[in-house]
Amino acid sequence: MREEIIVAGSGGQGIMLAGNIIARSALSSGKYTTFYPSYGAEMRGGTANCSVIVSDKEIGSPVISSPSVLLVMNEQSLIKYLPRVKKNGLVIVNSSLVKSYPDASIQVPATGIAIELGDVRAANMVMLGRLIFGTNIFSKEIVTEVIKDVFKGKQEFVAELNIKAFLKGNNYDKKS
Amino acid sequence: MGSNKILMKGNIALCEGAIAAGCDAYFGYPITPQNEVPAYMSGKMVQLDRVFVQAESEISAINMVFGAAVCGKRAMTSSSSPGISLKQEGISYLCACELPCLIVNVQRGGPGLGNIAGSQADYFQATKGGGHGDYRMIVLAPYSVREMYEFANISFQLSEKYRNPVMILTDGIIGQMMEPVSIEDNKREPITRSSTDGWCLGGCLGREPRSIKSLFMTEGVLEKHNYHLKNKYDLIKKNEVRYEEYLTEDAAIVVIAYGISARIAKSAVRKLREDGIKAGFIRPITLWPFPYDKISEVSSCVKKILVAEMNLGQMVEDVRLAVNGKCPVEFIGHPGGGLFTDTEIKEKLASMF
Repeated sequence: MREEIIVAGSGGQGIMLAGNIIARSALSSGKYTTFYPSYGAEMRGGTANCSVIVSDKEIGSPVISSPSVLLVMNEQSLIKYLPRVKKNGLVIVNSSLVKSYPDASIQVPATGIAIELGDVRAANMVMLGRLIFGTNIFSKEIVTEVIKDVFKGKQEFVAELNIKAFLKGNNYDKKS
Repeated sequence: MGSNKILMKGNIALCEGAIAAGCDAYFGYPITPQNEVPAYMSGKMVQLDRVFVQAESEISAINMVFGAAVCGKRAMTSSSSPGISLKQEGISYLCACELPCLIVNVQRGGPGLGNIAGSQADYFQATKGGGHGDYRMIVLAPYSVREMYEFANISFQLSEKYRNPVMILTDGIIGQMMEPVSIEDNKREPITRSSTDGWCLGGCLGREPRSIKSLFMTEGVLEKHNYHLKNKYDLIKKNEVRYEEYLTEDAAIVVIAYGISARIAKSAVRKLREDGIKAGFIRPITLWPFPYDKISEVSSCVKKILVAEMNLGQMVEDVRLAVNGKCPVEFIGHPGGGLFTDTEIKEKLASMF
């Protein structure tokens, strides 16, 4: 198997963290992985994206020209990356903020769900949950363990909230 | 893949490698895409009671390296292309004075301020002497996060063995990317008095004062010093050439690349082999000393050679020197921070059959 995943949105939406959790889950699953961030003049409110490759084989370039999975958290990112998605690629959009999504995409009102759960910052975990269900690259148990580890050292409720958001996304609209 | 691996950024792996290798002092100045290095070192080195200085410029940083090295300390600096240009005067002095140290160039697009994307356009500068005078630096080119970690250690070893600066020539992509790496036991003893006692300036109590300098005005002395350096460089050329070879034995066409381009070229070769096409791969690990002999040997058994670099064609000149007309050498490149896809290299190779 090989998935080339682009996670994109605006700075502050937890784009890098979501990508990081995918790569760390790949590591826990014994797969090859690379994580490559956008870097430089990034800031809260600017654009942010990262490329994560998960594969059974050694990985050459960590840079993705056409992703097999696109996860977008805001409108600008959809406009930028949608034309690059592979044929029959999986597109998951945060429909709370993205309005011009294609019909073939999976729409998750992630920001809305996160607010309901008590913290808008958990929207990335809702999206991540849906991505794990949609691609089935790892079990949700593996990802849950990684999330726990990522928030180790913070107050317990932080990991709990993020896992709750992740599972909510994982169970959301399971039609595809 | 083992479970003891952790996910790490190339720039951080470099820091961890240098720390494990007993680096006493880091001097640097921020520039993208290597900012993680001074940022990480500023915390870690101080915790370990070692030296970290954010200098007021790249020129200061390289001269601080000179100061630490001349006192027998294991010292390093890092920067990216424009910053490395500023260090060239200092590098020439370090080579002239035969001072061991590590200089890291996380290359970005040039010339000038260029951009912040990964690039390989500083090959000439690193291997042919960006500063003045007849000098050589050992240049190592890592192509994975693991090698960023390991080469820090190898660099300090080589630099102290030959009393010569060593450069790690990497790029923004290797520096910024994360991949699993296992931090094995890579610890080195701190630099010892016995290894530096013969030359370093650690205070002359109980011995004759000595000096380390690069100014030799007496007739014939500088020429003699240059021959002394040449003998050392010849020894390095004899002992320290490193390269990786992959599926070259039966290959009809071989692609030669280093650093990030080598990763991409290698996956192109792997894909061609899956289609039954006999492609091979050579990756120079030391860019100086360059694996001339290996490439010369391979060039007499293959139909053609392709060189892939993220520049307008620099290492290709060394490949042509090695091949010396024995087979055609073609080039594929991207300047200014442009990047290959493996499909692009694969198609180029396929078209050469």
